[in-house]
Amino acid sequence: MSLRLSMPELGLKKRRHSFDEVALGYSAEQAIAEAKRCLQCASIKSRNIKAECVRGCPTETDIPRFVKYVSEGDFDSAIEVIKERNALPAICGRVCPYENQCEKLCILSKKGEALAIGGLERFVADHERKKNIKVSKKAETSGKIVAVIGSGPAGLTTAADLAKLGHDVTIYEALHEVGGVLMYGIPEFRLPKEIVQAEVEYVKRLGVSIQTNVVIGRSIGVEGLLEKFDAVFIGTGAGLPRFLNIPGENLNGVYSSNEFLIRTNLMKAYKFPEYDTPIKIGKKVAVIGAGNVAIDSARVALRLGGEDVCIIYRRSEKEMPARAEEIKRAKEEGIQFKLLTNPVRIIGDEGGWVKQIECVRMKLGDSDKSGRRMPIPIEDSEFTLDVDTVIIAIGQSPNPLISKVTNGLKTTRGGAIKIDENGRTSLEGVFAGGDITPGTATVIEAMSAGKRAARAIHEYISR
Amino acid sequence: MHKIITKKEIAPAVKLFEIKAPLVAKKARAGQFVILRIDENGERIPLTIANFDAQRGSITIIFHEVGKTTKQLGGLNEGDNIADIVGPLGNAMVSKKYGTVVCIGGGVGIAPIYLKIKAFKRAGNEVISIIGARTKELLILEEGIRKTSDELYIATDDGSKGHHGFVTDVLQELIDTKKNIDLVLAVGPVVMMRAVGNVTKRHGIKTVVSLNPIMIDGTGMCGACRVTIDGKSRFACVDGPEFDAHLVDFEELMNRQRIYLDEEDVALQKFEDHKCH
Ligand SMILES: Cc1cc2nc3c(=O)[nH]c(=O)nc-3n(C[C@H](O)[C@H](O)[C@H](O)COP(=O)(O)OP(=O)(O)OC[C@H]3O[C@@H](n4cnc5c(N)ncnc54)[C@H](O)[C@@H]3O)c2cc1C
Ligand code: FES
Repeated sequence: MSLRLSMPELGLKKRRHSFDEVALGYSAEQAIAEAKRCLQCASIKSRNIKAECVRGCPTETDIPRFVKYVSEGDFDSAIEVIKERNALPAICGRVCPYENQCEKLCILSKKGEALAIGGLERFVADHERKKNIKVSKKAETSGKIVAVIGSGPAGLTTAADLAKLGHDVTIYEALHEVGGVLMYGIPEFRLPKEIVQAEVEYVKRLGVSIQTNVVIGRSIGVEGLLEKFDAVFIGTGAGLPRFLNIPGENLNGVYSSNEFLIRTNLMKAYKFPEYDTPIKIGKKVAVIGAGNVAIDSARVALRLGGEDVCIIYRRSEKEMPARAEEIKRAKEEGIQFKLLTNPVRIIGDEGGWVKQIECVRMKLGDSDKSGRRMPIPIEDSEFTLDVDTVIIAIGQSPNPLISKVTNGLKTTRGGAIKIDENGRTSLEGVFAGGDITPGTATVIEAMSAGKRAARAIHEYISR
Repeated sequence: MHKIITKKEIAPAVKLFEIKAPLVAKKARAGQFVILRIDENGERIPLTIANFDAQRGSITIIFHEVGKTTKQLGGLNEGDNIADIVGPLGNAMVSKKYGTVVCIGGGVGIAPIYLKIKAFKRAGNEVISIIGARTKELLILEEGIRKTSDELYIATDDGSKGHHGFVTDVLQELIDTKKNIDLVLAVGPVVMMRAVGNVTKRHGIKTVVSLNPIMIDGTGMCGACRVTIDGKSRFACVDGPEFDAHLVDFEELMNRQRIYLDEEDVALQKFEDHKCH
């Protein structure tokens, strides 16, 4: 049995009221020891066959090669291998669902535990950041200019790749801060903002210019951009919060997860009144949903002083979409899980504040199209819970602003921008990728979409 | 960074700033707003665009110093910078020809009304304006509005100028004496907008109000600004801020505006303590 080295973590007591990062990362010795477990299976077979783990990686990072360098203590070469494919490794090494991707396919997992590929990626990226990030080589200036809308992982990756190819890139970002969900959504204790900003700095040093506080579709339209730029990339993400559409959702004390996380992460409400933006958190908090966003919201609520924090989810543990590692940490921290439970109504007091939430118990029926078993309400099983804060974290839809005001930009029924396999939209010269397009929901997928689009844009403007 | 090019105190604790914001000025329409953040530690607050000048590349905002952020803003001077301004945001109705339009502004709500009056006039409407405030010193932009409107009525709570009472009293009288009003537009405190809606509903007059819920991003991402319109939840920043007054759930809006009253006190207290030392 080959078991992985577990990564050091912040102690439970400290976590309770602190936004400090929970996973602490490997030391150099630990990283080398872990890397030595790698079987280097691809090189044993043949040069042309990709290792299993590489097949599991949306950006096709050459994992065995970088791991080999780590095992030899040559961290500088290791980071170069990663950066051939991935411009944001310190981020991916923290938030990628490796357990469903590279690590899932790792041969080691058949006889023990998969290699900690994510942990190793994180280690080499952190190693590089400590000694100042080196800027990759750039091609000669092409004279072509490209506009990128949105500065999340999709936009940043597209911009970085195009800049490396010698194009002049401008990113337009609606918020005052660069990084998309990485800044406003994922909390500090899982992804320190300093790390995101270091990676943004790297993109800037490639020569990308970033204009914050510009809402495309309001301040300038896509048509306007096309007059000036040779191509446009849309990476505006899934920013539209979904609600349950049940009574009581607009009571005071009910937040969308987006509002809750934007207040805390982007506006730093956890440091109120040092920062001006407030947040109100009760003692009893219910979070609806069980994806990454829900788990993050619950863990933030706990750190802000929530005493009883629970996740309410209509299916069972097996169907929870959040990353396994984070569910485990949430449980350790004391978050309760009320599974097979669905809210039907939020009840307020005379002052218009949340007082209770009424739920119904559920059971699992037949599988639906996604292969997950459908939750069905159990008759007469309604019950109420006393709560003073409710956070709705049942997902986000594609940001509708641009598609609403741009003629000829085709979308799916769900509002996602339609693209072909190269990221082309229905409009000539306009490309898209990331959460604004169908079927994308992770940082790494957004990045790989950005890479694909960058290649297609390069071809398009170099014709 | 956005430089303040003009600063004026147009009424006690009411300030007017002209600020460099070329991108906003180029696209702005009457009824739209901006979100601004003063500095790194600041909160994001929405303010209506009171005027804009594409050629000068500037916008004008008018605000009442009530909380921490507006007081801090009011303390800035010509030449100082505001860290972030984003806009123009929101959907503003097209100011086409309706016939006779009554424009009602209350308190600092008079500022956004002024641009609307001009736009309605330009579109060929007869415009009757009613402006109201607690007391006569707070009646801002009176001269400009008088010049632009076909008729101007004034109401003050304390009777220091014009009608002693509410703008709705004047509106009611207008409705009683005038045959035809095609549209009423009201901007001001929620209680005022609700009262206007109640009056016009009885007479079946189409009425538009501009809502001012708490906002953060202003682009439809957070849902903090959600309001109930005709039983459905809508985001005021992207679906509004202008809505049909007869469909708005004003009680809910007033409730939601009160969420952070305690925290606002804390922030203000800290700011004032800091200033004294
Ligand atoms: C709380 C939370 C936790 C998550 N956890 C994980 C995780 O652990 N692992 C993982 O892989 N994924 C996770 N995700 C999902 C992941 O963050 C997204 O899939 C990814 O960020 C999508 O990238 P993007 O570039 O497409 O969009 P985004 O990151 O959403 O960025 C879009 C950017 O575009 C800007 N924008 C929008 N409209 C306009 C406009 N009109 N003009 C200008 N700019 C505009 C937005 O302000 C935003 O900055 C999480 C998401 C959330 C919300
Ligand atoms: S202010 Fe955030 S959605 Fe309207």
